[in-house]
Amino acid sequence: MTDPSTAGADAALASGLAAEEYTLIVRRLNREPNAVELGVFSAMWSEHCSYKSSRRHLARLPTTGARVIQGPGENAGVVDIGDGQAVVFKMESHNHPSFIEPYQGAATGVGGIMRDVFTMGARPIALVDALRFGDPAHPRTRRLVAGVVSGIGGYGNCVGVPTVAGETNFHHGYDGNILVNAMCVGLADSDKIFYSAAPAAGLSVVYFGSKTGRDGIHGATMASAEFDTDSDAKRPTVQVGDPFAEKLLIEATLELMASGAVAAIQDMGAAGLTSSCVEMAGKGDVGVELDLDLVPQREEGMTAYEMMLSESQERMLAILKPGREEDGRQIFDKWGLDAAVIGRTTDTGRIVLRHHGEVVCDLPLAPLTEDAPRYDRPWVEPPHQPHLDPGKLPGPSDWEGAVMIVMTCPDIASKRWIWEQYDRHVMADTLEDSSTGADAAVVRVHGSAKALAMTSDCTPRYVAANPYEGGKQAVAEAWRNLTAVGALPIAITDNLNFGNPERPEIMGQIVRAIDGMAEACRALDFPVVSGNVSLYNETDGVAIPPTPTVGGVGLIDDYTRRADFASVKAGETLLLLGVSRGELGSSLYLRECLGREDGAPPPVDLAVERRNGDFVRALIRAGEIRAVHDLSDGGLIVAAAEMALASNVGVDLDATSALHAHAFLFGEDQARYLVATYRPERLIALAHEAAVPVALVGVAGGDAFASGPLFSIPLERLREAYEGWMPAYMDTPA
Amino acid sequence: MKAAVVVFPGSNCDRDCKVALERSTAAQVSMVWHQETALPDGLDLIVLPGGFAYGDYLRCGAMAALSPVMSEVAAAAGRGVAVAGICNGFQILCEAGMLPGALLRNAALKYVCKPVDLDVVNSQTRFTAAFGARREATMTVGNGEGNFFADEETLDRLDGEGQVVFRYKHNPNGSSRSIAGIVNPAGNVLGLMPHPDRAFEADLGLADGALLFQSVMASA
Repeated sequence: MTDPSTAGADAALASGLAAEEYTLIVRRLNREPNAVELGVFSAMWSEHCSYKSSRRHLARLPTTGARVIQGPGENAGVVDIGDGQAVVFKMESHNHPSFIEPYQGAATGVGGIMRDVFTMGARPIALVDALRFGDPAHPRTRRLVAGVVSGIGGYGNCVGVPTVAGETNFHHGYDGNILVNAMCVGLADSDKIFYSAAPAAGLSVVYFGSKTGRDGIHGATMASAEFDTDSDAKRPTVQVGDPFAEKLLIEATLELMASGAVAAIQDMGAAGLTSSCVEMAGKGDVGVELDLDLVPQREEGMTAYEMMLSESQERMLAILKPGREEDGRQIFDKWGLDAAVIGRTTDTGRIVLRHHGEVVCDLPLAPLTEDAPRYDRPWVEPPHQPHLDPGKLPGPSDWEGAVMIVMTCPDIASKRWIWEQYDRHVMADTLEDSSTGADAAVVRVHGSAKALAMTSDCTPRYVAANPYEGGKQAVAEAWRNLTAVGALPIAITDNLNFGNPERPEIMGQIVRAIDGMAEACRALDFPVVSGNVSLYNETDGVAIPPTPTVGGVGLIDDYTRRADFASVKAGETLLLLGVSRGELGSSLYLRECLGREDGAPPPVDLAVERRNGDFVRALIRAGEIRAVHDLSDGGLIVAAAEMALASNVGVDLDATSALHAHAFLFGEDQARYLVATYRPERLIALAHEAAVPVALVGVAGGDAFASGPLFSIPLERLREAYEGWMPAYMDTPA
Repeated sequence: MKAAVVVFPGSNCDRDCKVALERSTAAQVSMVWHQETALPDGLDLIVLPGGFAYGDYLRCGAMAALSPVMSEVAAAAGRGVAVAGICNGFQILCEAGMLPGALLRNAALKYVCKPVDLDVVNSQTRFTAAFGARREATMTVGNGEGNFFADEETLDRLDGEGQVVFRYKHNPNGSSRSIAGIVNPAGNVLGLMPHPDRAFEADLGLADGALLFQSVMASA
């Protein structure tokens, strides 16, 4: 008898499987897998497809709610928004490919997440992108920014889905691994959602879309490994996007669905044909047989292995209802798409692949999906940063200088250079986007008075300092941003970006961040309906800052009753809702002005968060307030300055009664909102009634951003500096 | 009043144009697939919408200009039917030879999406009559190849004959003489890069585009 750990074990290791995983495969099959079968296993058991390190922890996230139609486990989450309609959304990372080849990596990330959404029967209506780059001074950063932004725009603009919101951070912790997290939001009829489970045996399996080429082979495996200094050699594993094909695919898919021909459908994303047919058959408890000779191929002489592991883009797999093949053919012809019936569902519970008349793969489905390994990886409690006493931290000696440093630091400075390259208006339903000065984007539900609000949020420096509090904060900030435009937050998608889970300290970050997120989701009635996990974001043993990105979606019943922070008028009073203790631990002030990245992040009191947010939302919906801005990075200074710039009106903040002006102005205490009103007494009385702490913190007027005796900066000078950083940076020769 | 919006593979503002027309005028709007060889009867306006017909591959508008429906569009234009090409539609009209010049890559080599202030240079056209005494309008652009180019002689002629309809106040893409929109000599074929179909009602923040649609339908 052959020693199972030796014969194919080298090939297994080369394809990303661990030695013990190979042993497990041999035991499950009672024989050694051939090369094609090994390829299928390595893809399905990759971290990317199997969630083997995170699954047991993800189970702690709340995923249900009165509005939830479909939680995690399908291509995207589905949430009821009333009137027979549903919002369908998901966020997914394309980190590894974007670092290797930024344009194509980002472009195909956008394409992939759109497919996840229209595969469910939804028309994509908006895109959101959360980007994290390395230190601006790192020699690679500028090229990565230019490539990623151009790739996102190049794809989304062409397909014709507006890119309406996003966030961008720069930190040396991402020098070796950037993060590109793309979110797509779609709209569907709630009784016309499509799923991937094959409903029966004996049905046709139809391939349609682009042809299969040799690109992206083993992409899922690549995305489940660390980088080293040779990572450029992985460029051939990056796929190439064709947004025109995607546009045709969207229209053809939605038309095919409307024709009533579709029994089940799945896009070919990570691990391509392997993952789609295994999941469809596995979820439906049937089997599948494919004849690979029938697969539309871009190149000659492709092997079964290459076809099964190709990640060529813009491809779909559908299982049609009996006798509906002709309907499909007419639609594919109209849209000029390649299509072929490549196999049938069976009742064997096996995946059988034929090529040139030979059976090249014959595997039971169960070990590939439900029996895939799950790890309870060892973890350690992350070390906690001490709380910092604001009184012991120095205030700025040069106030004006400090304000300018914070307002022009890469994380805060205007990202106009980025979002002007994104079509934010196509579909003609965008009400608020990156350019308009609102805490979340707002997009109309076409033809109705309703609108959807969307945002993406994470403060990685908080998560690094305390994964539990940071996880809570990411969820709370998304909830707050949606609330600040007047939306009712309804659900989130999450994109968990971490380092190597085989290291207990990284696993500790994952476990505790999920704990914090779960608690916040429960307290805020904000379930997780979809998500993605990206691990092994490490280079040469150095991990990224833990970055659990939260994509939040909210519902506005009447979009004329909403808020932004661009509508402050001269003569209005600024009120601050929420308590200001002056939390400076892990704050932007600490990092940018004092050169320190330590201290406990501001704690999130979820009951307070909810009380304050519910109060603000009610005020917006009652038409009491129109100008609202949440407080986050950089505290009151940044919120007030952004309001002043967006509204084109001066602001004078009153910090004279604060014990420590720098803590009051730069502190990042949570659950706070800055609102403008002509009737402060009325709002203060309402706040008292609702037991929401309120303070009068300034007035709007004039043409300077100022705080009494501390500083006064002409608005136009502030604007020039705020708008100037990024174009100047991008125009500097590398 | 009847209007048609032509749908090419890769058009992505086709619905926007339909909705904009319906909300700003009383027009009945039909969608026409690019492979049709006949247009609906009695059309007052044909819109070639924005988007990326054929992915802008080869050259933007080049392949769409050869679509079967385009000979019908040209024939209708010859009969005096109003034709408006917006963004990608403008590019297609240039490629089809129905308007002079070409749309090149933006001078900054980047896609640009932003509101632009426009001078209404000629308010005597079928597309601008409703602007009346107004000499300014604001719409948004969203393009990577909106840089209008023509030789000096052509530009002089466009200027001299009143064929320049819209000009950018602040040129966003390097267009010759800041040209944002032009008409043919007969005045019934318009090409413009800014999107009236994204600026047709107050809720969107911009409503000046409605005047364009109202002008052309009033002329019907």
